[in-house]
Amino acid sequence: MHDSAKSRPVDRAPGADEDAPSGSILSYSVGFAFALLLTGASFLVSQTDVLWEPGVPVGLAVLAIAQMGVHLVFFFHLSSGPDNTNNVLALAFGVLIVTLVVSGSLWIMWHLNVNMMPASVIMEMQR
Amino acid sequence: MTVEAAATEFTDGSAQMTAADGAGPAPVRIVVAYGFWIFLLSDIIMFSALFATYAVLSGRTAGGPGPHDLFELRNVAIETLCLLFSSYTCGLGLLAVEQRRLKYFYVAFGVTFALGLSFLGLELAEFSRMIAAGAGPSRSAFLSAFFSLVGLHGVHITVGLTWIVFITAQVAVRGPLDFVLRRLRCFSLFWHALDIIWVALLSLVYLMGAR
Amino acid sequence: MAASLFVVIAILSTLSLVTFKGWWPYLWREWLTSVDHKRIGVMYVLLALVLLLRGFIDAIMMRSQLAMAAGGAAGYLAPEHYDQIFSAHGTIMIFFMAMPFMVGLMNFVVPLQLGVRDVAFPVLNAVSFWLTASGALLVNISLLVGEFARTGWLAYPPLSELQFSPGVGVDYYLWALEIAGVGTLLAGINLVTTILKVRAPGMLYMRMPVFCWTALASNLLIVAAFPILTATLGMLLLDRYVGMHFFTNDGGGNAMLYFNLIWAWGLPEVYILILPAFGVFTEVISTFSAKPIFGYRSMVLATMAIFILSFMVWLHHFFTMGAGANVNAFFGLTTMIIAVPTGVKIFNWLFTLFQGRIRFEVPLMWALGFMVTFVIGGMSGVLLAVPPADFVLHNSLFLVAHFHNVIIGGVLFGAMAGYNFWFPKAFGFTLDRRLGLVSFWCWLIGFYLAFIPLYILGLLGMTRRMQHYADTSWQPYLIVAEVGAIVILCGIIATILQLVVSIRSRAGRRDLTGDPWNGRTLEWSTTSPPPAYNFAALPRVESLDAFWDMKRQGRLAPLDSYESIEMPANSANGFITAFFAVIMGFALIWHIWWMAILGFVCAVLTLFAFGWSVRTEETISGEQLELVERARQRTAEPT
Repeated sequence: MHDSAKSRPVDRAPGADEDAPSGSILSYSVGFAFALLLTGASFLVSQTDVLWEPGVPVGLAVLAIAQMGVHLVFFFHLSSGPDNTNNVLALAFGVLIVTLVVSGSLWIMWHLNVNMMPASVIMEMQR
Repeated sequence: MTVEAAATEFTDGSAQMTAADGAGPAPVRIVVAYGFWIFLLSDIIMFSALFATYAVLSGRTAGGPGPHDLFELRNVAIETLCLLFSSYTCGLGLLAVEQRRLKYFYVAFGVTFALGLSFLGLELAEFSRMIAAGAGPSRSAFLSAFFSLVGLHGVHITVGLTWIVFITAQVAVRGPLDFVLRRLRCFSLFWHALDIIWVALLSLVYLMGAR
Repeated sequence: MAASLFVVIAILSTLSLVTFKGWWPYLWREWLTSVDHKRIGVMYVLLALVLLLRGFIDAIMMRSQLAMAAGGAAGYLAPEHYDQIFSAHGTIMIFFMAMPFMVGLMNFVVPLQLGVRDVAFPVLNAVSFWLTASGALLVNISLLVGEFARTGWLAYPPLSELQFSPGVGVDYYLWALEIAGVGTLLAGINLVTTILKVRAPGMLYMRMPVFCWTALASNLLIVAAFPILTATLGMLLLDRYVGMHFFTNDGGGNAMLYFNLIWAWGLPEVYILILPAFGVFTEVISTFSAKPIFGYRSMVLATMAIFILSFMVWLHHFFTMGAGANVNAFFGLTTMIIAVPTGVKIFNWLFTLFQGRIRFEVPLMWALGFMVTFVIGGMSGVLLAVPPADFVLHNSLFLVAHFHNVIIGGVLFGAMAGYNFWFPKAFGFTLDRRLGLVSFWCWLIGFYLAFIPLYILGLLGMTRRMQHYADTSWQPYLIVAEVGAIVILCGIIATILQLVVSIRSRAGRRDLTGDPWNGRTLEWSTTSPPPAYNFAALPRVESLDAFWDMKRQGRLAPLDSYESIEMPANSANGFITAFFAVIMGFALIWHIWWMAILGFVCAVLTLFAFGWSVRTEETISGEQLELVERARQRTAEPT
């Protein structure tokens, strides 16, 4: 047996793998539990006043991102190991594009709406 | 030769090294799963275009009902639990089939299907209720954005349910062959991704809108 | 009317010829059901060349109309017809000429350059091609039945909404692009996975040819951008078919949102087109200078920089829509910044040529023409990137000149360079050099004659998409432009002649070594054409410019023995799925609901049938491989 086989990282794709079946029931169950908690927290945050009112959107966003992370780690088995580099890079790329498209669109459209509002509507607003 | 066999051409016999290490083409199951992962990212980007649309148009109700008037959070909570639970059972089913415990697999995927179907039923009921109340997708820009965003997710769930039926039949008739297992792993990635998208939908559409 | 007749006759005569000569079994077996990336690549390029003719006819019709319609003259094309022509011209040239050409070149070359047998998902590759062909077919059916869109190549609402475009034209446009878009997205996923996960042993990232790096960036952009196109066109479809209000004037719709989203796709799209062209030029310049590319690392970095930045500039297409100074300034700056990495590439190419042993073969001529032409086009782009300047020049002929400058000078010249460069590899014989040079010079001169006047006209105030104009002082420029278009036509005819002449004289111009240009990358280590399996044994890569390295080290002899290979069998899946996609698309356009459902259901059933089947593979034994390799060694001239 060559030593190199041990020192070289094994390539993994996202999701379950035959190489690590045991311990994965635990991983799914823990992930499920966390996700339940985060879902409950989201409902709590939005429907009650545990959080300061202007902070609710931020709170919801944080909880949503946390839950997505839980899914990615416990269900997709995404990790920061060298065998997962391609997968994490792909995810980072996706996140970057989504961020650019969504925030870019919101920024642009908000400005367009403000600047291009029909005169009649402005007058309505000023009444 | 198959991509898998080509990976073992490397002299020191280690078959599963990364292509980045210069070990040759990656094994087929890695190639398939990674390709599917890239597809999922493209799908998420498609959803993000609709999310951006919803964010821009959510206030444009054209004098009609807004999110606060229409969203029933009890319904949404049950839908969320259905989907989350189904993600869990899907994962368990995949573990079962990889360990060749087929009875557990059938049960787990049966439950996954039932939960997914319940989700879809609740969503369709919600849509019909809204349409009957005059709040259909052609009522206003907000409603167009809502129906298409949530509807697209529902279409994906439907595709997933069809996939469950198909692949379970394949396991039953053909057995857990290599290529069937590869597709099962792709399905589980798909199903978990739909749950991730639902988390975003829940938070940004329903919970934000209902306040 | 005449056009549709011409198309019908052309199609019918081609089909009759094929039937008469009994070519159907061969075509079906070797091409229509092929999952070989080389065959699929050739079919993509063939599709592109045919649609180039169609798109060019549109162009010369427009030039002729404008050369005539000065002062009170009405020209020969009615406005409604002219609108369809410029819409079809843009749609066809971008989606069904430039995209298939680049995707075809990448399909053919990338697996060979990576030293592997095929792309990651061969059957999906076939599906992608046939879906693209379906879109092309639908657009051309609009010539015969119904009409095409009159809304330009991006179909802006509210004009493209049902209220203002009640006919089928916009629907033809939308469904053709939705179907072709799915094909392109799948191709993007395929090539990304191939480049990242399917490479020969020893092919580290920094040993990949630059063409593969640009292919990676381009396909990542496809994966990122095409979903946005699908979503946006889908929303317009929902507006038109179900009465939704995404972009309508009433019901709270916001037409500006369409502009935002469609350009969030549209800008990455043009980088999807140009990046592979940059890759072609890198290979061509390095090969014909007999030098490794100067600054490989900076080429890779520049490519990835362009790739990231291309998602940060899209608003420059609608500076004038009113987003305000802050937003315009940000996007103006990013647009200027994105020119920098391209400048890096230009310098790298120049330094590669410097002190190289230059051979002025046809591909290099296209590359040299590109370097001059593209830089001019890029500079006019940077000029437009300044928002105040853009306020004057937006949607003028200056803009039209700019984008044709970069697309023709960049994408088309790259396509022609790649076509001439890799033709011997694909078909086993070289193209006629003289006619290739004639074509190049006609294109180069014709381009400048056709588009420099448009720069001037734009500055004089002429807008785009005009069917007639009052200012007769513009006419001389437009006549020069018409002459330019005719010179380009000569270039196209020269290319056709080049192909015909080369095929006729192919016995005398066979490529026996597989390496007609003294190439540097792995595709030149195979025979011309390569066997279906590309490499009898995957090459062991030890450096950049792997084949050059192998030639230097003398590592070209056949091995002692070969392991047997399994290649995927042909599949009719792609062709049949595409067939039903065309039926579904046509039915949806004409609101024939039962037919649409039938087409959809059949396409889904085809998918099920494919999914249910256990894919067969064909085995090629080690002994067979040994025989082929030894025979090859005997016929090849000594290097």
